[in-house]
Amino acid sequence: MSQNFRLNTGGLINRDKPIEFKFNGKKYIGYEGDTLASALLANGIHLIGRSFKYHRPRGFFGAGVDEPNAKMQVEINGSSEPNINATEIELVNGLSASSQNCWPSVNFDIGAINNFLNRFFPAGFYYKTFMWPKSFWYRVYEPFIRKAAGLGIASLEKDKERYEHKYEYCDLLVTGSGPAGLASAYAAAKNGAKVILAEDKPRYGGTLLTDDVTIDNLSGKDWSEKIISELKEMPNVIVKNRSQVFGYYDHNMMVMFERTGDHLEKKTKYTPRQRLWYIRAKEVLLSTGSIERPIVFGNNDTPGVFLSAAAKEYMKVYGVLIGKKPIIFTNNDSGYETAIEFKKNGINPIVLDTREDQNSELINEAKDLDIKIKFSYAVIVAHGYKKVKSATIGKLNKEKIDFENTEQIDCDSICVSGFWTPTVHLASQSGNKLKFNDSIDAFVPDKSKQNEHSIGAANGTFTLQDTLKNSFNTGSEVSKSITKKDEKIQIPNTNERKYSVHDKFWCSPLPKGKNYKRFVDFQNDVAVSDIEIALREGYRSIEHVKRYTTLGMATDQGRTSNLNGLQLVANVEKKIVPQVGHTTFRPPFTPVTIGTIVGREIGKEYMPTRKTPMHYWHENNNAVWVDAGAWKRPRYYKKGNENLFEASKREAKNVRDHVGVCDVTTLGKIDIKGPDSAEFLNRVYTNAWLKLPVGKARYGVMLREDGIVMDDGTTTRISENHYHMTTTTAQAANVLSHLEYYLQIVWPELNVNLVSTTEQWAGAAIAGPKSRDLLAKLFPKIDVTNEALPFMGYVEGDFFGIKARIFRISFSGELAYEINVESDFGLFMWEKIIEIGEEFKIQPYGTEALSTLRIEMGHVAGPELDGRTIPYDVSLEGLVSKKKDFIGKRSLTKEAFNKADRQKIVGLVPLDRKSSIPEGSHLVENKNAKLPNPKLGHVSSSCWSVENNNPFSLAILKDGKNMIGKKLFAVSPLKNTSIEVEVMSSHYVDHEGKRVRS
Amino acid sequence: MLNIKCPYCGDRSQKEFAYGGDGTITRPKLNQEISDEEWDNFVYLRKSPRGKHIELWHHIAGCRQWFKVERDTATHEIFRTFKPEEEF
Repeated sequence: MSQNFRLNTGGLINRDKPIEFKFNGKKYIGYEGDTLASALLANGIHLIGRSFKYHRPRGFFGAGVDEPNAKMQVEINGSSEPNINATEIELVNGLSASSQNCWPSVNFDIGAINNFLNRFFPAGFYYKTFMWPKSFWYRVYEPFIRKAAGLGIASLEKDKERYEHKYEYCDLLVTGSGPAGLASAYAAAKNGAKVILAEDKPRYGGTLLTDDVTIDNLSGKDWSEKIISELKEMPNVIVKNRSQVFGYYDHNMMVMFERTGDHLEKKTKYTPRQRLWYIRAKEVLLSTGSIERPIVFGNNDTPGVFLSAAAKEYMKVYGVLIGKKPIIFTNNDSGYETAIEFKKNGINPIVLDTREDQNSELINEAKDLDIKIKFSYAVIVAHGYKKVKSATIGKLNKEKIDFENTEQIDCDSICVSGFWTPTVHLASQSGNKLKFNDSIDAFVPDKSKQNEHSIGAANGTFTLQDTLKNSFNTGSEVSKSITKKDEKIQIPNTNERKYSVHDKFWCSPLPKGKNYKRFVDFQNDVAVSDIEIALREGYRSIEHVKRYTTLGMATDQGRTSNLNGLQLVANVEKKIVPQVGHTTFRPPFTPVTIGTIVGREIGKEYMPTRKTPMHYWHENNNAVWVDAGAWKRPRYYKKGNENLFEASKREAKNVRDHVGVCDVTTLGKIDIKGPDSAEFLNRVYTNAWLKLPVGKARYGVMLREDGIVMDDGTTTRISENHYHMTTTTAQAANVLSHLEYYLQIVWPELNVNLVSTTEQWAGAAIAGPKSRDLLAKLFPKIDVTNEALPFMGYVEGDFFGIKARIFRISFSGELAYEINVESDFGLFMWEKIIEIGEEFKIQPYGTEALSTLRIEMGHVAGPELDGRTIPYDVSLEGLVSKKKDFIGKRSLTKEAFNKADRQKIVGLVPLDRKSSIPEGSHLVENKNAKLPNPKLGHVSSSCWSVENNNPFSLAILKDGKNMIGKKLFAVSPLKNTSIEVEVMSSHYVDHEGKRVRS
Repeated sequence: MLNIKCPYCGDRSQKEFAYGGDGTITRPKLNQEISDEEWDNFVYLRKSPRGKHIELWHHIAGCRQWFKVERDTATHEIFRTFKPEEEF
């Protein structure tokens, strides 16, 4: 199909480069520089989708972000994306678009029956209808509504594209490159300020590309190109096109969405598709311009009805006619600019001006061009179903509430202009309460809450001369206060045509007996009658009217509908618009892809991965990983066809029988130095620390101020004023913050310094009856006898030429040691231990065996220290000093913490000695009791005891102290199990702790 | 995202900090005789003012210093930031 609606000349497109694309399966040709919308219009395609609720045929209405209708499913390079605005996406080869919300096709849509049933679909229809029966919501109503009202279809494929985030800081961010943006950015840049100028369209210049003006004898387009090329040369300026600043957040944090790759035919591997910018700007200049307001009339949503400025933009930027027989329906002079542009391109428009006979430069120019003008006229209703074919127009009476006479005239398009609405979304997001400006019938920004200024049309300034003057001045003033430079700039001479006063007419009255649908919000299918119903039903607050009718919601955010909606509410309520107020503008101003928000933080980049120095040894030895915070830890080392259960049993058994080695690098380590270190530890831990000798380690428990156990670990006195603290892997970061808080805020008088050394030391635990024999071989020069290096002893040694720290501490309950070397030597240490340990049948063990060993010994860990337990609950009350004060001690006197039947840790064994008890099971007395069955406690940790060869669990049980020997049921509704268990001591193996001291 | 001026490092984004709660709370002295009510007030009770609030922040991904921030809880305006030993 040839481009019948493409002008022979003109436009900013590249006619030398045709681009083939598809729409609803059919092939079309456009040009480089087209949007999908302009290319379709060049081919005469107007019917592009069906409306949200009534499935009415819809066409293009705007030419950029103002477009409410043209949301399409777009496929490029095999990836499909819904709800793409066709007026914003640039045409690229291979693009394939299709209509949404219609079935089986946009031409014949079954859902359009809603249109004929529309009196059954008024505002609030869903709320009123889909209420009963309640159970129908999930099964019937919701799936039905979703299907009927769905927009596009989200892809289920993995997004192959690359997205990036970028942080930037600047003195001035200027949002929009129209005359206001260019002038202010230029003035600020000349003063040496660091400036970012953002333009959402591919072309800079904004209205300068379409308005018939001159600046210093250059056309608007040439002037903007001159300024942009100067700005691009300046090192202190970043100029970005295809970049929409969509969010204004606290402390001048601006978020911008850049379409970096969407328009590129070929991308290199690392070209991001889109980029999200976080920009912290000292000052923000909002030069977001304005959006033309529609005038509301009957069937004003028929394809072929356009905003008049959009029609002009299609001609001037894309060389496309939106129609060949247009009506221009206007209440101000803007419509004449469009009419003149049509005339220049050989088209004869008819202008309907709602005002009485007027004179202005523009109107006179139109008259001179023999353009047919009808004053005091309005469009009453558009005719045609899938495209405008004619319109009934009428002469307005004096009050403009009725028509004196009506006639039907042929036309193929209607261009409406209801004056201009400043784009105040970002200003409003910044916290600026808007004020109503009577002379333009719209809200404009009022007092700034953050460092922002609105300039140009965004501030209600509609003449070029004033815009340039104010914008040069604002750019210069604002930057001057930052850079202290004041470069004088000559404000250019402008030539523009003066407007006459606009008319407040915004909605054509309905002739008697007529019932035409008059739409206020196209995207959400909200008509005048819907808003009237909401008001009749008692909704008064504009926020409630919005939610009940869906006016101004979704991606459109009321860009074209907002003020007409307010005007209507004001009229019905017999108020004025500022009394009605406006709804809240929310980010994002335009839709942003999820991919951009996520950026690179996806898959393995979702969070950092911490690897110990021995990581690759584990990997080469069939480690199966488990995540411990950001760390990767071996869960078990798989041999042959072993599963988790078999492998962990083997590894644990080998520790009990011979010797095992475990990578404990991930334990939190904090180096503590200073003369008050002992005193500090004494306040932090529940037990006594003042008398710990050099060369000794001690187990400690720390509480929160509310008495709950925070963490446990061992701390070793390396020298007089030097301690080495270990924390659990999970709590390492919290403990450090906690300690820093007390040192810096609560007890700043203590002379103590802390630093995290978790990553400085690699740790290996060797555990089992043969661990001493192994240690003796590893450190032949050190006396490792029980007398020389007793339980909780510490010694430094030479490990094959490397400095090593040896701690005799045990988590497994076996005779055990922990060896630390500097991280760089971690792998060397590990390999040496494996090599020399071979004769003692050493095997590495993972976290699963580690858990087994500690559980059957009754050692508590994360599952018991779960933020709900006090020392008594986990049988650590022996470590609570009665003599000294410490963090959280005062809370331990609480009544609930001292009840006779307070919960306490116990051991559990299934009566059948076979059934593993699921962690999280609840303990109940009678498994058949009526629900809710009183819960006595819960199972915190479970293992297969390798010592006794049967399952064993730890549990926190009410009155645990007196429950030993009782029989209970461990029930898990999740696993559908109910196991009879016997309560016993939590120390299932080696009650007296002989092994660790052996 | 707030912009917070660490008194040790200068202006940084909120991402680098962790919020630390009410900055006007004083922990009772060690070994101090104190009623249950006073202790509970210290552990649990916090005011939640609308408007100016002195709070603690921790420059957790920076210098790791705790410091105080005077902030408006409604507008997020930050009036000043200061070291814990400085008067407020």
